[in-house]
Amino acid sequence: MSRVLTWEKQNLISIEPLSLAEIQTIFSLARYYKEGTESGQLKFDALEGRTVINLFLEPSTRTRLAFEIACKRLSADCISVSGGASSLSKGESLKDTAQNIVALGADVIIMRHSSSGSADYLSKTVDTPIINAGDGSHAHPTQALLDTFTLTERLGDVNNKKVTILGDILFSRVARSNIHCLLKLGAKVTLAGPNTLVPKEFEAMGVTVSHNLKDALEDADAIMLLRIQHERQTSTHFPSIGEYTTSFGLNERRAHWIKPNAVIMHPGPINRGVEIDSKLADSSNSVILEQVKNGVFVRMAILHLCHAAHTKTEISLPK
Amino acid sequence: MTQYTWIKNGLVIDPANDREAIGDVFIQDGLIVDSLNDAEKKEATHFDAKGLVVAPGLVDIHVHFREPGQTHKEDIASGSRAAAAGGYTSVVCMPNTSPVCDNAGTLERINNSIEKEAVINVYTTGCLTMGMKGEELAPTGQLKQAGIVAVTDDGLCIQNNEIMRRSVEYATLHNLPIMDHCQDGSLTENAVMHEGEVSLKLGLKGWPRAAEDIVVARNIILSELTGARIHMQHVSSYHSVELLRNAKAKGINVTGEASPHHIEFTDACIGDYNTLFKMNPPLRTDKDRLALIEGLKDGTLDCIATDHAPHSPTEKDCEFDKAPFGIIGLENALASTLETLYHSKELSLKEVIALMTHKGAEICDLTAGTLSVGVAGDVCIFDPDQKWTVDAEAFKSKSRNCPWNGRTLRGQVKATFVGGKEIFRLR
Repeated sequence: MSRVLTWEKQNLISIEPLSLAEIQTIFSLARYYKEGTESGQLKFDALEGRTVINLFLEPSTRTRLAFEIACKRLSADCISVSGGASSLSKGESLKDTAQNIVALGADVIIMRHSSSGSADYLSKTVDTPIINAGDGSHAHPTQALLDTFTLTERLGDVNNKKVTILGDILFSRVARSNIHCLLKLGAKVTLAGPNTLVPKEFEAMGVTVSHNLKDALEDADAIMLLRIQHERQTSTHFPSIGEYTTSFGLNERRAHWIKPNAVIMHPGPINRGVEIDSKLADSSNSVILEQVKNGVFVRMAILHLCHAAHTKTEISLPK
Repeated sequence: MTQYTWIKNGLVIDPANDREAIGDVFIQDGLIVDSLNDAEKKEATHFDAKGLVVAPGLVDIHVHFREPGQTHKEDIASGSRAAAAGGYTSVVCMPNTSPVCDNAGTLERINNSIEKEAVINVYTTGCLTMGMKGEELAPTGQLKQAGIVAVTDDGLCIQNNEIMRRSVEYATLHNLPIMDHCQDGSLTENAVMHEGEVSLKLGLKGWPRAAEDIVVARNIILSELTGARIHMQHVSSYHSVELLRNAKAKGINVTGEASPHHIEFTDACIGDYNTLFKMNPPLRTDKDRLALIEGLKDGTLDCIATDHAPHSPTEKDCEFDKAPFGIIGLENALASTLETLYHSKELSLKEVIALMTHKGAEICDLTAGTLSVGVAGDVCIFDPDQKWTVDAEAFKSKSRNCPWNGRTLRGQVKATFVGGKEIFRLR
């Protein structure tokens, strides 16, 4: 007895083109890999003999490692390239870099890049599966999928659940991808933070924007915190880290506003004492490390599916 | 030997002279004349314009021909041929070449090239400030003597208000209009598109209207203070249109232009990061687009100018935020403007032609854009209803960065005459 998964999209650029059924297919394959791993299977042969290139043109620890581990668990050969060490620093265009990587025999390219839209551009340049590991402020689809996967593990169905995303939404690809993913799963999404980082115009995406933290947190079933990137773009958007913590940091007093067993999430890296009180980050409500763990299984699923779509093969799983 | 040209039986539309009737246009030794006698008619070169519109050659007061310095994108030879193919007979080039045109020596070099290479009338502008750095004034008097028709730091708006005040004041001494690309740089750092719902969705840094509006307001105030004639280039914001409308009502000496792309497209056209819709100022919303059209209808905006900005295909083939700003439009501007303003019934044919001929010419004091007796026989002959499909690969321009590529438009240029000489004929 086996069940067969078919998948037609060789690229994962953003969440928007995915249907609810497709998101559930990703979850079910991730669950298969999670259960298999937890019952002791260390290697799977889905990508045996395949070469995956991890093109990381922006710094990353978690995402890059999770992709590398996912590749290795699937028996692929994974090679990581970073921005400073690539020919892009010698003036080579992204298109030429990508075509060279394909010529070298890459079967899948995973890319992180500082430009919004770069993953979409890359997918139009080469016919190799492209997995977006974060493009500028635009999208980080694997993060959103692992976040919502983790959330469904905790809450069961997220349909009609109130999920609040708090922090620097303006520059956050994690927030954008989570908005799309949560809405497809039926959640009610509230965005919160200072108005300079959470403009009202986000409501056009189908979410509620609130600059009042109490309203935003009240009765939330889950809260996703985002890191404040004050060292980067946000220097003119609010006065200081201290001011942010005073107005929007999640502390124990404010945590009483959310539901008692609400889920606390953070994509990392966390700044303890800034956007989240240290105790809360380590509390039983927090799934921060569970997110990291699930990141490997969700990425195994995505690698497998995108490769299967490219090679036009079906995935059959034991029932 | 005297040369005669006889353009016959067309619908002659010459808005400056309030002429709109089936008739003929006669040119003798390069100049428009009232009539030719029978002997002269016999000798004349004939053009049968039956069923076509015969208009003054089009005038564009905002183009970039990239010479010297970036001739892989365009040069005066290719740019002027692109213009001719679009029905244009007079264009005004921006000074942001490499080196920039901030001294008479560079201008002389450009003038030599125009003399040798141009097939239409190519006019020049000089920088307002040295190196377009916004710090010290360029030698406007010397540049004027060498032939410029306006001063501008197009592309690099002067941020310092004292420098702007003095440079526009000084330009008035030489009776030159100032053309300004209105952009407050502090509000647009790293911005690549209009700030709004679409930029939020795409995760791209937004360029708010306010950055244009603040500078338009400043320029109105400085024009009132100094009496300088300040022309606002490629107005893109509805609020700037309102500011200009109020300023004009008060009699302040300011003008404005709209580009064919800003009256037709919106930020939504960027879609999946299409760099052919990346320009500065950016495409905005329907509200802005419609306000620009209203501005053109009620005279708040004076003319249509293309901001023809060539970039090579390689330069535009990259990540959206790395691509240069700008698009080309000379070869389809008449058709796209006819679609947006005439076929949509916003304006009459005569009104559209006025916006693309004498209205712009007047801003830069050019003797162009009319079929008045005694002026150069510059003529654009077109079929306003003829459909054609824009094929950028077939352009005379060296560049292909045209967002209309592949679109079918109504309005096809059939022939262009400069000084009575046919310089373009559609084959």
